[in-house]
Amino acid sequence: MSKYDIFFHKISLIISLAFLWVMLSGHYTPLLLSLGLLSVLIVAIISSRMNLIIFDQPILQLYFIKFIPYGFWLIFQIIKSNIDVCKRILNPKLPISPRLVTVRSSQLSNFAKVIYANSITLTPGTISIDLDGSDIEVHSLSKIGAEGLKAGDMDRKITSAEANPYV
Amino acid sequence: MDIINLVSSLFITIGALSIIVGLLGVYRMPDFYTRLHAASIIDTLGTMLILFGLILYYGLNIVSLKLLLILIFILITTPTAAHALAKSALHGNLKPILKDD
Repeated sequence: MSKYDIFFHKISLIISLAFLWVMLSGHYTPLLLSLGLLSVLIVAIISSRMNLIIFDQPILQLYFIKFIPYGFWLIFQIIKSNIDVCKRILNPKLPISPRLVTVRSSQLSNFAKVIYANSITLTPGTISIDLDGSDIEVHSLSKIGAEGLKAGDMDRKITSAEANPYV
Repeated sequence: MDIINLVSSLFITIGALSIIVGLLGVYRMPDFYTRLHAASIIDTLGTMLILFGLILYYGLNIVSLKLLLILIFILITTPTAAHALAKSALHGNLKPILKDD
């Protein structure tokens, strides 16, 4: 990673932190604005000293924009599987058949892998338990959930979002 | 305005009901891992519906922007916490109940 990249990371971190501060504060007197600037700079300096700025992606602060269409699809999936799990809970027989399955992730970057594992956990009925290289161990509440994951719809969507040339 | 109030209170009511269903699931499920599944209903559907209802209630201003930010942070942090719990349980040799049908 070149010096220019690191500089760009720092600037984008400062801009996104300043945006977050302005959005959350709602006060725009000179005193509070200068205090906000000070806290943004302190956070940026600390995170650069902790080597938290260097990621394996160019400009993380913009990188997540690629995944916004995927986010809407994920919300739809979350609602569907929520309804399924709610039905199982309200059924007096409690028709669950818990199982452990291993799913392969085809993402290249750590960031996309984290998104995949978090999406699995976010969807009720499946929880990612262990991540080993590109194998994710998943605890599933039912056979349908495990098979839906094995079909690999979610995996393909994240991989194609990751390969998206936009940004 | 009245219709928006009605729709937002409908969302909040359904969210509260789904939290009750999630709590019932935590009570009924047989072991730790299956209880986590029931708890994730509370994290996702419950908070999503309640915060969405509140966003509708407040309209487009800084409050609803903050609520949207809360929603995004909850959707990022709760699966991480659930994953950490499940992983430490598995590494602490808590065997999950497995059933094949």
